Amino acid sequence: MPRPFTPKVVTANALLEGDVVYLTEDDRWSRHLSEAELIEDEAHAQLRLLDAEMQPGQVVGPYLADAKPGPDGPEPTHFREAFRMTGPSNYAHGKQETV
Amino acid sequence: MYHYNAFDTAFLAQRNAQFRAQVERRIDGSLTEDEFKPLRLMNGLYLQLHAYMLRVAIPYGTLNSRQMRQLAMIAERWDKGYGHFTTRQNIQYNWPKLPDVPDMLDALAEVGMHAIQTSGNTIRNVTADHFAGAAADEIADPRPIAELIRQWSTDHPEFQFLPRKFKVGVTGSPNDRAVTAAHDIGIRIVERHGEIGYQILVGGGLGRTPMIGKVIAEFVPEEDLLPYLESIVAVYNLLGRRDNKYKARIKITVHETGLDEIRRMVGDEFAQRKPLFAGIDQELLADIKSHFAPPAFNEAGNDEFDTTYAINPAFRAFVDTNVDNHRQPGYAIVSISLKSHGATPGDATAEQMRLMADLAETYAHDELRISHEQNVVLPHVPKRHLPAIYAALREAGLATANIGLISDIIACPGMDYCALATARSIPIAQEIATRFDELKLEHEIGPLKIKISGCINACGHHHVGHIGILGLDRAGVENYQITLGGDGTEDAAIGERAGPGFGAEEIIPAVERLICAYLEIRESTEETFLQTYRRLGMAPFKAALYPAEEAKADAA
Repeated sequence: MPRPFTPKVVTANALLEGDVVYLTEDDRWSRHLSEAELIEDEAHAQLRLLDAEMQPGQVVGPYLADAKPGPDGPEPTHFREAFRMTGPSNYAHGKQETV
Repeated sequence: MYHYNAFDTAFLAQRNAQFRAQVERRIDGSLTEDEFKPLRLMNGLYLQLHAYMLRVAIPYGTLNSRQMRQLAMIAERWDKGYGHFTTRQNIQYNWPKLPDVPDMLDALAEVGMHAIQTSGNTIRNVTADHFAGAAADEIADPRPIAELIRQWSTDHPEFQFLPRKFKVGVTGSPNDRAVTAAHDIGIRIVERHGEIGYQILVGGGLGRTPMIGKVIAEFVPEEDLLPYLESIVAVYNLLGRRDNKYKARIKITVHETGLDEIRRMVGDEFAQRKPLFAGIDQELLADIKSHFAPPAFNEAGNDEFDTTYAINPAFRAFVDTNVDNHRQPGYAIVSISLKSHGATPGDATAEQMRLMADLAETYAHDELRISHEQNVVLPHVPKRHLPAIYAALREAGLATANIGLISDIIACPGMDYCALATARSIPIAQEIATRFDELKLEHEIGPLKIKISGCINACGHHHVGHIGILGLDRAGVENYQITLGGDGTEDAAIGERAGPGFGAEEIIPAVERLICAYLEIRESTEETFLQTYRRLGMAPFKAALYPAEEAKADAA
């Protein structure tokens, strides 16, 4: 039996800066996971990934990452995505700098 | 030190101009990422978790003060003010922006440095003993042949698309500080009947299938070295498996084909290739050797050293731990630890880089080294300058006296930076170092190498750590496996897995239990952790690591 679909966000790295970015519902690339479009439908997820892949001038390596709904928008379900969302743990570099 | 000639300079300028145009074409949309990726990797540019990463080669770990200052300048101007020194004697910048990278490469070229072949399925930066040219136990300086190999392998048309990456390490001393047995090719300078030659190891490597290199040739004469190496790589290029990334390294080729058959094939290849080397390589080598003439050692008294050593206990601890014997009387080798307790192993700020450059220029014949253990070395220090160097290092937070001790930990960047990692390594290293500093036990514990990798690819050399730690993802949680008894020296050995892994909160107490067990069972304070392990085996350490299991076994 195929595994049930779990909610996803489309994520990638920005071409110029390399920053972690997320695709929003209104087709922007946001630096914040909380602004990402949380996709609950598998077919829609594939379409959104295709949308992302059509933008090689903006992003590199788009993929679907697991996420779950939270009070302020999507949240990571795996520690890798949690690190991507925040930045490294040894310095307050990356996204932590602007918070 | 080697200084670029007109050919090197022109070659690099051309490569950098090509890459600048490639970056421009990527940004304006003429190149897709699929087209651009192999081009950027050829030039050392990765895309990691949070940002791009530029890996710059420091050939055989040797730098002068001008180069070190330029690395500092690059860190400040285009990165976040620091650099990360790696287990392959490279430096990595963790935060470059794509449009800036061509300028960074031009800045490197100004001081005769580059990032070529620090990635991709090519022959990578050649590593060497970080004490090369200075060590008291050295047969010959390994750097001239390391430089020869760098020139031969850079842009070598036959070897730009190997089955997989290819790493070469060289030592000139019988005490192997360059982990040559864990390289695709390891070269050990040997002497036979007064003649210098090379013992060649092949098929070593760590990663998912760790193997110790096997001796393919006991003695290759100097003039046969390049054709022999070329024959090995050519045989591998043909046989190496391109169908399976995990079986593509030469260690698997040697394992599957058998050493004898590989040796026979390399011999056949050598017979054909040797006549093609008409001696130009030997002319080049002779020229390169002249670049590596020892510095003009000066002779002056050690009075200042002796006095300070006698009266200053902190200086004495630093000297006893971080200073090694030099081949020249009155000289010493100083290792500067980039592992101050709680800091990120291998990181240096731009200010620290500049200070080390200043010290090298003022006191130490203008030479610096990067060790595979992620520290910086001043290889030629007149002993009378040690007190001044120590004072300056101390002020900059660089005088940690822990070389070779439990807090001198190798750690890969792990999941804090690396896109391949399955768990973090840096925080584990920071916590172990901090914990044992609190316990004030590290000098009591003595020589001990802890090496941490954040994934199975083993950039942190965990297989050859006396205590190796491997970070994995177990069902969405970071989990750390311990191996024991690894050794990266001439007695190279792969560590043995102790048992089930530990969670991130359990790993530090587990290491502490291991160390307490060692302190209890060692025969004397002279017996190192590794010696105790070799004498008693896994059992007592396993009992310390898994006390609950022991209790269960006792109850049954």
